[in-house]
Amino acid sequence: MKERPSYLSTGILLLGALYCLLPVIWVITASTKGANELFSTFTFAPSTHLLDNISELSAYRGGLFWKWMANTALYAGVGGALSTLVSAAAGYGLAKYTFRGKDMIFKILLAGVLVPAVVLAIPQYLLFAQIGMTNTYWSVLLPSIISPYGIYLARIYAGASVPTDVIEAARTDGAGEARTFFTIAMPMMLPALVTIFLFQFVAIWNNYMLPFIMLGNDQLYPLTVGLSGLLNQGASQPAMYTSVITGALLSIIPLIALFFLLQRYWKVDFGGAVKG
Amino acid sequence: MNRNKPLGLKAAPYLFLAPAMALFVGIMALPIVYALYLSFRGVKVSGLGLGSGGRTEVWAGFSNYARSLSDPDFVDSVIRVFTYGLLVVPTMLGMALLFALLLDSGRSRARNFSRLAIFLPYAVPAVISSLLWGFLYLPAVSPFYYLFDKMGLDAPSLLANDLVIFAIANIAVWGGTGFNMIVIYTSLRAIPSELYEAARIDGATERQVAWRIKIPIVIPSLIMTFVFSLIATLQVFAEPTTLRPLSNSISTTWSPLMKVYRDAFVRDDIYSAAATSIVIAAATFLLSFGFLRLVGNRAFNQES
Repeated sequence: MKERPSYLSTGILLLGALYCLLPVIWVITASTKGANELFSTFTFAPSTHLLDNISELSAYRGGLFWKWMANTALYAGVGGALSTLVSAAAGYGLAKYTFRGKDMIFKILLAGVLVPAVVLAIPQYLLFAQIGMTNTYWSVLLPSIISPYGIYLARIYAGASVPTDVIEAARTDGAGEARTFFTIAMPMMLPALVTIFLFQFVAIWNNYMLPFIMLGNDQLYPLTVGLSGLLNQGASQPAMYTSVITGALLSIIPLIALFFLLQRYWKVDFGGAVKG
Repeated sequence: MNRNKPLGLKAAPYLFLAPAMALFVGIMALPIVYALYLSFRGVKVSGLGLGSGGRTEVWAGFSNYARSLSDPDFVDSVIRVFTYGLLVVPTMLGMALLFALLLDSGRSRARNFSRLAIFLPYAVPAVISSLLWGFLYLPAVSPFYYLFDKMGLDAPSLLANDLVIFAIANIAVWGGTGFNMIVIYTSLRAIPSELYEAARIDGATERQVAWRIKIPIVIPSLIMTFVFSLIATLQVFAEPTTLRPLSNSISTTWSPLMKVYRDAFVRDDIYSAAATSIVIAAATFLLSFGFLRLVGNRAFNQES
């Protein structure tokens, strides 16, 4: 039964879409403008300087911007993958075994969900400074691996998607616990693992405070820290603004691409399970 | 049959949990304990504070806490962040719920396009979205100033003192609505359609179905989005920090975390920064935990 279309609800949705697209449309047009046009031509009037802006940005301090891009991909890719693996193992352990201390461990991990990572950043810095680990790739990677929320999701999904009979059958066939996990349980949990990976990937990609605090060497910066530094310089050299804007556009392209390619994995339900 | 299995079976869950627990202890618990320790320490300066022994670390009792809690900058930042939270959370969740219901309604068109467009800001880091909106707030760039100008009106500056909180709130609403919409939409899709087919046959309008059936069912999701939004609000840092170069009405202590940052890195007072971090972590934890308790832990207990 096809329902009668409602102009009001369609209109409200399109208005919401417009609001959300506005800054993105702006950054696309603004990055085509030359430095002298940025503040003088109409906001959404495009120009022809996109390639000039990109090459100017790329030339900035020997391609530092692309180094930031590579760093961000490293932090988010490696951090997200390790985080997913750690969460999957822990979630599986919590869902599929009974053992002493299980409830306590789960409650402690759940409490971790409520402690915001950003509040931990300064204590983490102070501790890392004690052992001389600040200003290294590890200082950003290590804190990104632990994700209490990822463990929580993995536990729910392992409970829902890996039948206990299958594990029992593997055991009877003589498969070790680790092998059962890697070859049988992991593939069954795959859709949820992709979702956990994506959320962690985005969280690390978007993270600002942790790398901002941990890193002093701009060769190690991710995009967020690098670009906000460039914006700061723009206050004294307005010519930097075009580079900042072009950098902003280039920095959101990978995530937007990822997001369109993996659309069907963006499904979350806090109340129940992750749906793949 | 492998006779060693019972032992392997016993050790297995601990081994599966070992990496997570090791990281949890090293990356989350230990820093909190260390910050707790530092928060009770202080530096005692003897003489001119020069040479070895001139500055020694001593126990400071609750003096760091007293200093932190009574600091007018801190009190102001807390009030500001609560005002900010009152602006952001209801607006964002209200919009998220409205869009989710409209996406779920068979009567809306352009649903796929709108869902993607509204979720898009989730893929934009807070630093980048602050940067984009920051430029859009500048009178020389903003299309709104252009419109106001054409109409011969004077537009208020969003980056000026009284309005900057709205400017920052808008960035958070823009960045968070889509994510929360998807969360609510996912739980709406999980409702079996028979539940409201019956109501429709009885002549209920789309709006009545939304109010009486859909919203009550997605309450657990709303609770979780509320808690996560609250946590995100209290830790606001990236948006005001990024906007600072574009506006001179954002102080270095605009939000509580910005004040912690300033104390630790600009003033080199890690003891006071540690005390303030502990206060913020405890307050966030108590607020969200208290709220979950209040609503009867409905959301977290629904696991299979």
